[in-house]
Amino acid sequence: MSDADDVDRNRRHFLTVATAVTGGAGVVMASIPFLASLKPSARAQALGAPVEVPVSMMEPGAMVRVTWRGKLVYVVRRDDEMLARLDKTDPLVRDPESAVAEQQPEFAMNQYRSLRPEYLVVEGSCTHLGCAPLAEFQVEPEENWYGGFFCPCHGSRFDLAGRVYKGVPAPTNLRVPPYRFVRDDIIIIGAEPGVA
Amino acid sequence: MARIESEIGTPKGGLLKWIDDRFPLTSTLKEHVTEYYAAKNFNVWYVFGVLAMVVLVIQLVTGIFLTMNYKPDANEAFASVEYIMRDVEWGWLIRYMHSTGASFFFIVVYLHMFRAMLYGSYKKPRELIWIIGMLIFFVLMAEAFAGYLLPWGQMSYWGAQVIISLFGAIPFVGDALVEIIRGDYSISDITLNRFFALHVIALPLALVALVFVHIVALHHVGSNNPDGIEIKENKDENGVPKDGVAFHPYHTSKDLVAIIVFLMIFSFVVFFAPEMGGYFLEHANFEPANTMATPEHIAPVWYFTPYYAILRAVPSKLWGAILMAAAVLLPLFLPWLDRSRVRSIRYRGWIYRTALALFVVSFLMLGYLGVQPAEPLYVLLARIGTVIYFAFFLLMPYYTSIDKTKPVPDRVVYHAE
Repeated sequence: MSDADDVDRNRRHFLTVATAVTGGAGVVMASIPFLASLKPSARAQALGAPVEVPVSMMEPGAMVRVTWRGKLVYVVRRDDEMLARLDKTDPLVRDPESAVAEQQPEFAMNQYRSLRPEYLVVEGSCTHLGCAPLAEFQVEPEENWYGGFFCPCHGSRFDLAGRVYKGVPAPTNLRVPPYRFVRDDIIIIGAEPGVA
Repeated sequence: MARIESEIGTPKGGLLKWIDDRFPLTSTLKEHVTEYYAAKNFNVWYVFGVLAMVVLVIQLVTGIFLTMNYKPDANEAFASVEYIMRDVEWGWLIRYMHSTGASFFFIVVYLHMFRAMLYGSYKKPRELIWIIGMLIFFVLMAEAFAGYLLPWGQMSYWGAQVIISLFGAIPFVGDALVEIIRGDYSISDITLNRFFALHVIALPLALVALVFVHIVALHHVGSNNPDGIEIKENKDENGVPKDGVAFHPYHTSKDLVAIIVFLMIFSFVVFFAPEMGGYFLEHANFEPANTMATPEHIAPVWYFTPYYAILRAVPSKLWGAILMAAAVLLPLFLPWLDRSRVRSIRYRGWIYRTALALFVVSFLMLGYLGVQPAEPLYVLLARIGTVIYFAFFLLMPYYTSIDKTKPVPDRVVYHAE
């Protein structure tokens, strides 16, 4: 037995590889529960249920902040004058027609980026690094500023439809969450899009 | 059988012999302490390794005591930190030691790394010591980042928001990765809980293990010295390096002086300036996390600001994140980027000296700019700093190979008598 020539090297090699592969597969499978436990739990998902926002009391030009799934969501009631300003920012923004698909539901792939032009619903999370942009709706023509959102963290700018300006760190338009109108004066955020 | 019993069973050499028969106590102490020889011309740059260990111990001990009163719960975390500060006896001292310790950890580690750059301590055969050291640095960054979320203040929350969002820049898997890091659709109680687990268990374990391996590797190849020569090449008849002195008692007694000076400075900060004007503990963090409003001015703690300035200098999310990651990772490759024949700055030419000086200036400048608001002038300066930072590393293979070096002596040189 001590003679090394007696060793069946092929069999030994096969056993080594087979043991390593089996053990490796076991490690991979055993790691699945641990990795899966890192995903949002059932409770976290349940807390992500849709939220209702009554908009009947909103003045034109007013904004309310709500949270959905822990994310900040801005609802802005825009009047005709504010909507008219979107024509002025068309040449200043990166994606005027909101063509980047994952940034909004299909119904918001247009200039005003909303279901009804009057109400803008966007996530209050800068697409750069997630700071909450400030609402600055005043006009300052000398800086090409027609009102919108300004991120204080890294200076990203968005217009009144949440469209990102050219030459700022944020790469895409503010995200529009899925939402629909339950009644003319109630928006439900997080629900499947469409008009009730 | 009887012979073996008489050898091991009867304690002829006393307790020490009994232990040595079962555990290599005396030989380990000899190898790593009383007969570990390091160069006799160590200067003040050589105290920061020991000081880093001192800070590690401070952080571990104060951390254990903080855990006894802290609550990793989004509704209670902020209040529990205030409870520690006000109601727990000496709680304020333990907490300030821990928060000040975090900043001092980075001060000491940055100086320790700079020492390696001054004297070429990363060069062959010490490449692995350097790599393990860089891994320690990465884990330390993660540890500090996770720890900063725990007080659940405004800056904890929004700082974490910004840094976690960085992972979202990774194409395809970014969004899913961010969700797995947070464990929720936003930073929440769940995120706080898992960061707590990382901060008090996973990362400290990794840190201690890596420090152990760092020292094992160091003691295997031997310490470098300010002349960058191998003291092992000149041994006396007993096999002891002629330029070496035993770690204990010679270096330990010197280190003790450094530790005392360090503790004096450390205590001064803990007692008189624990917030350090908003740099060690940021003002916005004295307000509980508010998920509805970002603070006016958001900046990471000072030790991350050089990298943060690089991130902000790039007007693109993906490239900003890539450059930031590259800036953190690049020093890992120093042992192979540096083509110089000599280790120590004492025998290098003017090119490397200038390059290193420019690097230090750019690193400090970026650190300063990282806490400033993103105004055009600052962004321009940050871009210049970023270019210098990267040029230092990327052009290194060229300028270190053409740099004129001076002859290296056979024995270490004293500059101070």
